[in-house]
Amino acid sequence: MSRSPFPLDRLSFEGLLHLLAALALVLLLAPTVIVLVVSFTDGLSLRFPPPGYSLRWYGELMEAWQLHYALKNSLTVAVLATALAIGLGVLAALAVARSPRLSARLLDSLFLSPLILPALAFGLSSLMFFSLLGWPVSVATLVVGHTVVCVPYVVRNTVAALTQLQPALLEGSASLGASRLYTFRRITLPLIRPGILSGGFLAFMASFDNIPVSLFLRDAATDMLPIRMWQDLEGRLDVTIAALSGILIVATIGGIAVMERLTGLSRRLV
Amino acid sequence: MALPDVTTYPLRLASPLALFFGAFFAAPLVALLALSLRGAEGGFGLSQYAAFLSDGFSLGVLLGTLWLGLKVTAACLVLGLPLALVATRAGGWVRGLIILAVLTPLLTSVVIRTFAWIVILGRQGVINSLLSSLGLIGTPLRMLYAEGGLVAALAQVQMPLMVLPLMTALSRIDPSLWDASEALGAGRWRTFFRVTLPLCLPGLIAGAVLTFAAAISGFITQSLIGGGQMLFMPGYIYQQAIALQNWPFAAAMSVIFLVAVLAVVLAFNALGRLARGYAQT
Repeated sequence: MSRSPFPLDRLSFEGLLHLLAALALVLLLAPTVIVLVVSFTDGLSLRFPPPGYSLRWYGELMEAWQLHYALKNSLTVAVLATALAIGLGVLAALAVARSPRLSARLLDSLFLSPLILPALAFGLSSLMFFSLLGWPVSVATLVVGHTVVCVPYVVRNTVAALTQLQPALLEGSASLGASRLYTFRRITLPLIRPGILSGGFLAFMASFDNIPVSLFLRDAATDMLPIRMWQDLEGRLDVTIAALSGILIVATIGGIAVMERLTGLSRRLV
Repeated sequence: MALPDVTTYPLRLASPLALFFGAFFAAPLVALLALSLRGAEGGFGLSQYAAFLSDGFSLGVLLGTLWLGLKVTAACLVLGLPLALVATRAGGWVRGLIILAVLTPLLTSVVIRTFAWIVILGRQGVINSLLSSLGLIGTPLRMLYAEGGLVAALAQVQMPLMVLPLMTALSRIDPSLWDASEALGAGRWRTFFRVTLPLCLPGLIAGAVLTFAAAISGFITQSLIGGGQMLFMPGYIYQQAIALQNWPFAAAMSVIFLVAVLAVVLAFNALGRLARGYAQT
């Protein structure tokens, strides 16, 4: 940009802008860094900086069978809910994406509404609903509840990918004699696959991390990892949780990196 | 003969998800509504709502929760907009780095991020050890279980929801508009308020709605950082439903909470339309 004719104006604006941006960046990054550092402490408390460094809490993690059990449940529910969300969500996205009809727009808003609604109220209403039906809480009820809150991610990302699709490609394929199913398999699907994948990834993370729905739909037999961690933290500040957090943070960053390579995740979210 | 339309798909492909939502999203909400209309001594009526709305404590919790949401949204906006603007103008690797810094917390468990704030705000935490080693304080400050700490933690947890829509909106602004504004004699501040801000309003409103909705229903952060002293709607609903098993009252509270959230979201959207009208004058 050219030299500004108002030095004070420029200085105050740029100064404040970069100061606030730096503050935001520190605020975003500091917690992650601090948890990672604290997880290597050799002490018994969450003091920062730690008195010394060791892998003892990662060793303790191997023995924490309650966390292992909750992790297994969380993974099972997340995988099933993501599969269901992709199956239902992609079909729905195909139907509403390019349609100008009012009913399609309304359905689109309905499918995205769990993103805005307080999930805790939905969790409570699901518990009431299932108990009215006489269904005991189980992995099945958890999967159903999680699917509702995960579907919006799949729908939103698939619709976005479909909107960018060139209609001429589909018309060209049809005019060359391809059936609709063949066109879908050979043209549409490969082009929207990155959108489906990134939506599925976000849905998986949303389910794995979900608390407000699990809070009401799980019991002792279906303990979920985020809830187990929360209850451990409410009881006492456990350094094992820091080690577990360290592993989950590294796994998340790994997942983001893989998704970035496969789908350009960041371009889809910005 | 008209060519068959091959670029759209029939609406009936949406029916499996529509049925699923009808059965497991709409029906539970109807059940919630029905249960909230059950009176304390059987029968149907609005007595649960009357009980909530005539109780000063309950109303205080509701207003406190909405106020907390507004404070967190404001904090996210003041910090998130500069970050999004810097990232968009910089481009290249700076932009990539900022996106990674925004995405990582978004996808990290809320429990972990809240846990980090316990480490930061606690009596032996980062801030207290820093201040006491500098000799600025004698006894540790109380930041955990205090509202300032809660707003900071919620702002960090929800900031990605503000920054991402803002970056989308800002990246759609033609950079030559900034040059044009400057060439016509406007300074940086004037350019910001007359060009940048009006043009990124859709992203700002979208971000504000998501941040607000997430902040007021952030049960885990509220309960771990706020502690027992501060009660907000999600914790209050949980307490009534699980600890006290008072389902009709919890249902009425949930309906009131839902309506309040919806009202604030609609107000945000109306504000956005109003502001767009102003920007065009």
